[in-house]
Amino acid sequence: MATLHTVNKSPFETQALLSCLGHTKAGDTVLLIEDGVYGAVGNTALADAVAGLGGAVTLAVLAPDLKARGIDEGRLMDGVKTVDYAGFVELAAEHDRTQAWL
Amino acid sequence: MEDGVKKFLYVNRKAPYGTIYALEALEVVLIGAAFDQDVSLAFLDDGVFQLTKAQDTKEIGVKNFSPTFRALGDYEVTKLYVEKESLDERGLTADDLQEITYEDEDDDWAEKPSIIIVSRSEMADVMAGQDVILSF
Repeated sequence: MATLHTVNKSPFETQALLSCLGHTKAGDTVLLIEDGVYGAVGNTALADAVAGLGGAVTLAVLAPDLKARGIDEGRLMDGVKTVDYAGFVELAAEHDRTQAWL
Repeated sequence: MEDGVKKFLYVNRKAPYGTIYALEALEVVLIGAAFDQDVSLAFLDDGVFQLTKAQDTKEIGVKNFSPTFRALGDYEVTKLYVEKESLDERGLTADDLQEITYEDEDDDWAEKPSIIIVSRSEMADVMAGQDVILSF
C-alpha cells in the first residue's frame, strides 16, 4: 500500500519537500517534478536534510525537467533515480495512490 | 469498504487568504460531500491557520469563509485531522482553533467534536489509509 508523492516546488522556495518527506512511509516514492527537481541536487544547503529524511523512500526526478534547467544527472544526490514521462506513468500505476505536495 | 464508497482526503497546507487554495478546497469538499463518499480533511503546515478563531476579513474585502467549516457536519463531513507539530511550530494550540462539532445520528444526535488533533506520524497513517488524496 505505497504512495507516490509528487513535489513541484523548489525546496529553497517552500517547505513542501521537507513536509512531504516528514509524511512518507517505507516503500513510498517521492517524484520531483518542475522546480521540485532542484531538491534532488547534491552539495546544497538542503541536501543533507533531504537525504536524511528520505531514508526508506525512493527519490526520483523527472528527467525532462532536469534537462530543461540544465542540471546534469551527475550533480544529483546519490541514489536518486531519473524517469521519463512514461516512467512517471508507470510509477503512478505501480502505487496505490498519488499525493501532490503543492 | 462499502460498495462504491471510497475514502477521500482533502489535504490543506496553505493559509486562508494569501492564495485562493483554501477557499477552493472548501468549495470542492462541499461539492464532493454530495456524492456520499467517506470524506476527511487534513490540516497541516500553514493549513492549520485556516481553522483559527476570530477571523475578520471585512477590511481586506474578501469573504471570511472560516464559519463554513462549522457547517461541514451537516454534510456528514465530520473528520478534520489537524497536525499537532504544525500547530506547535506556529505557536498555536487547539484552543486557538474554532470549535467545530457535528451531531452523531448513531448516538441520539449527540454533539461531538469534528477536530481530531494528530501527530505527524499519525497524519502519515491517515494519508496512507486513503483511496484518493486531493491536495490544496
